[in-house]
Amino acid sequence: MQTKRTIFPNKGLPWLLIGPQMIVTAVFFLWPSAQAIWTSFRREDPFGLNTTFVGLSNYARLFESGEWLEAAGRTAVFAVSVTALSMLAALTLALAANRVLRGSRIYTTLLVWPYAVAPVVAGVLWWFLFNPTIGILPLALSALGIDWNHRINGDQAMILIVIAAAWKQVSYDFLFFLAALQSVPKSLIEAAAIDGAGPFRRMRDIVLPLISPTTFFLLIVNINYAMFDTFAIIDATTSGGPAGATNILVYKVYADGFLGLNLGSSSAQSVVLMLIVVALTFVQFRYVERKVQY
Amino acid sequence: MKQQLIGALLASAAMTAPALAQTEVQWWHAMGGELGTKLEQIAAGFNETQKDFKIVPVYKGSYPETLTAAIAAFRAKEQPAIVQVFEVGTGTMMAAKGAVYPVYKLMADQGKTFDKADYLAPVVGYYSDPEGNILSLPFNSSTPIMYYNKDVFAKAGLDPEVAPKTWAEVESFSKKIVDSGAARCGFTSGWISWVQLENLSALHDAPYGTKENGFAGPDTAFTFNGDVQVKHWGNLKKWADAGLFQYGGPVGGNDAPPKFYTQECAIYMNSSASRAGVINNAKDFKVGFAPLPYYDDVIAEPKNSIIGGATLWVLNGRPAAEYKGVAAFFDYLSKAEVQADWHQFTGYLPITHAAYDLGVSTGYYAKTPGADVAIKQITRGTPSAHSKGLRFGNLTQVRDVIDSEFEALLASKKTAKEALDSAVARGNTILRDFEAANK
Amino acid sequence: MIENRRWLDFLTHAILILGVAIVAFPVWVALVASTHPAGTFATGHMPLLPGGAAWENYSTVLGSGMRGAGSEPLWRMLVNSAVMAVLITVGKIAISLTSAYAIVWFRFPLRVVCFWLIFITLMLPVEVRILPTFKVVADFGLLNSWVGLTLPLIASATATFLFRQFFMTVPEELVEAARIDGAGPMKFFRDILLPLSRTNIAALSVILFIYGWVQYLWPTLVTTDPKFYTIVMGIKRMVAVAEADPQWNFVMAAVVLAMLPPVLVVIFMQRLFVKGLIETEK
Repeated sequence: MQTKRTIFPNKGLPWLLIGPQMIVTAVFFLWPSAQAIWTSFRREDPFGLNTTFVGLSNYARLFESGEWLEAAGRTAVFAVSVTALSMLAALTLALAANRVLRGSRIYTTLLVWPYAVAPVVAGVLWWFLFNPTIGILPLALSALGIDWNHRINGDQAMILIVIAAAWKQVSYDFLFFLAALQSVPKSLIEAAAIDGAGPFRRMRDIVLPLISPTTFFLLIVNINYAMFDTFAIIDATTSGGPAGATNILVYKVYADGFLGLNLGSSSAQSVVLMLIVVALTFVQFRYVERKVQY
Repeated sequence: MKQQLIGALLASAAMTAPALAQTEVQWWHAMGGELGTKLEQIAAGFNETQKDFKIVPVYKGSYPETLTAAIAAFRAKEQPAIVQVFEVGTGTMMAAKGAVYPVYKLMADQGKTFDKADYLAPVVGYYSDPEGNILSLPFNSSTPIMYYNKDVFAKAGLDPEVAPKTWAEVESFSKKIVDSGAARCGFTSGWISWVQLENLSALHDAPYGTKENGFAGPDTAFTFNGDVQVKHWGNLKKWADAGLFQYGGPVGGNDAPPKFYTQECAIYMNSSASRAGVINNAKDFKVGFAPLPYYDDVIAEPKNSIIGGATLWVLNGRPAAEYKGVAAFFDYLSKAEVQADWHQFTGYLPITHAAYDLGVSTGYYAKTPGADVAIKQITRGTPSAHSKGLRFGNLTQVRDVIDSEFEALLASKKTAKEALDSAVARGNTILRDFEAANK
Repeated sequence: MIENRRWLDFLTHAILILGVAIVAFPVWVALVASTHPAGTFATGHMPLLPGGAAWENYSTVLGSGMRGAGSEPLWRMLVNSAVMAVLITVGKIAISLTSAYAIVWFRFPLRVVCFWLIFITLMLPVEVRILPTFKVVADFGLLNSWVGLTLPLIASATATFLFRQFFMTVPEELVEAARIDGAGPMKFFRDILLPLSRTNIAALSVILFIYGWVQYLWPTLVTTDPKFYTIVMGIKRMVAVAEADPQWNFVMAAVVLAMLPPVLVVIFMQRLFVKGLIETEK
């Protein structure tokens, strides 16, 4: 780890300075995480009056039951869909915004604000739009011959949460793509144009490779977002249903722990999720910084 | 900057300690909408009658949310004195011996009279321990009934005064309604698990689980995958595909009431306590009330339906003064006038004989057609081992399983038999977990 | 622009306009819904043009809250949300500034360990460690308090990293000069470093304010007293009313009110917002 050459010689002061953050980190991050690991080896009744040590059986049941594996599969589908949808839409919009001469700033303003909308609010909005009874979209869809009912149809429920989650994420991806596109040197593009490359070839051969670090970075961020930050969207729209069709891992931790009161299993799931985040973070720091270079 | 921040934090923390002149008693409940407003009036009514205690009602969301919030709070030692727990939480609460202050004991400790003979038998039976002691105060007990749209019936060429009695009639009426274009769907239902499975089983005297539906001990297993249940779920699927039945969503079925209010569905099965909402929302049409339908080829005389709704549980670990307040409040709640007012406004059952008698003597039932449908349905015949109620631990989770299997059925992923078999198997795992955790 | 292709220009604007329309559509519907009387929704389908009940709906939710949903008046929830967002913002920036300062300009035992411990917090989203964190807060008796509401959300690796990154770029000469002038570490921090970090602090504040405002799960769990309800969690409560139909006109009015403050912050502080967003993620 780098440091400044000049340093202050004080002994106690740095502890005072870093103290608050360390205390908060220890009390609200490290200690609870340790407890989650501890609880994952135990079985408790809901009120916490009886507890037994059960070893790894919470984990064993997780992988035996099939339910968790199904949820993991669903999570993968969801994360990939949200990532693909939001990044493609964002890239298209960013390419367009980067191309317009006038009004780019206004377009940007009009596109970025959903970032500030709370996920649960985004969920309520889309739930309202897709409400099978009074929603406006099912009405439009039925004109096209599509019978929309995400209360019954698991695939439709999945589409609903993918759209709601992607809608919120487009603004973020858009800003990063736009920033990346703006830093592509104009001279390179001009040189290619003189060589006779049309706009689509220029995009494929020059622009896309040049922004690949951003693309990769967004890939990781989006997967992370879809896996962990979409809890509120699901809670506000489908609550994991129908028939568990939208019960993704992070929601299952909450549903099994807070609603199902199965603390042991919920904690075991938390621990597995933590391992997934660690892996993702590792990938992010390994590859974003080093591998994807132009 | 840091000091200011800490100062601000401390100042705001100090503000949270309320200055008390009287003992406040927290009452967590799950009554939203019209019911919530009425509940708050009742609390206010009690607060006006005396000045030592103040009941503070706090709305905690749906029934499952309220229960889990109370449990989480208990673990955190921040529990309210009173929490409203719905009937399926009964098994969970009964098993939590260290957490619960039984009502019969509380009333005895505080020197209040509390005679269970004052209460309707099917209600008391549901909430008593094996020795016959009442563990929680019955507050809002309901039972599912059928609501129907008289205007749509007339439009479809049906007699608006005749409700379908059997499921065969529900089917034929629905067909007529849909075919004639009087409404887009025949019927919908709230609470699939409670109405279309638990009550269905009770009505047809079919066991829901072994050991008298769990009343005779915790080592029980579910048996709700019998013939009548499979037949009924198969029918529901068939009717859903034919457009006669529309699903209203999991748990309470939040989409069901709007379907009835907007006249999309002509018949609506839900708690008798939906009455307040129905009357409030059915402005453009007349509503009829009727008992739940049954299969006349399965049972000639349907049994009584079972109750739902909730009772008030008292949690341990609050200061002694609060329990005094709780006892005084429960005394107030049991008064015939308070009970009758609540019952007549909401459609919940009158829980005491006195409240029912008061309704009779003031001519309420004569003036309000359909208001006694629920009472008649729940008190008809002699309750059997299969119709006196359910007593299973973790029943909340089991209901989630049932909802999810029902959804799998509707999505054509499973047949009725497969869905119910799978629900029984998953439910039994949950029961074993409960048994193991509460040993 | 290298060549002028009209159809491409046309396509560009078409894409952008379509994008803006899709992004704005749900909010338009919410706005419209919040201006209609309750009866509109009970009888069929949603209107697409504003109705005449805007004043009534908004004054009802702001003034008295939603009847029966046990909700406080919305103005109070808005205030709570603002207080929570500001406390989180100020708290995060305060502890991140000082800890980054300690890591960059001091040598002390376990310095590297501290750095890694902070780094680990990146990997522990609230949702994953929610139950034990709840228990810790409860054990401290911090349920229903501003401290309990905000403190667990305050530790932040990203803000610390951002400041560390920035501090590394501060020229050595500045520090040398300060030391020659006899300035101690706190004086240097206050008089030189803080003013230098002004833009970074401002940019980060915008991001953190939004972060604080949109919190949902945590406030839902730690507040049982309606006095502490925030607007974002209040909305979910209004939607999920047991055995009753949601009052859509009120819910949508609340949705609009809940969106407005952070969205305005983004729109009017766009430059800072973009800077904050892009730099925290580096």
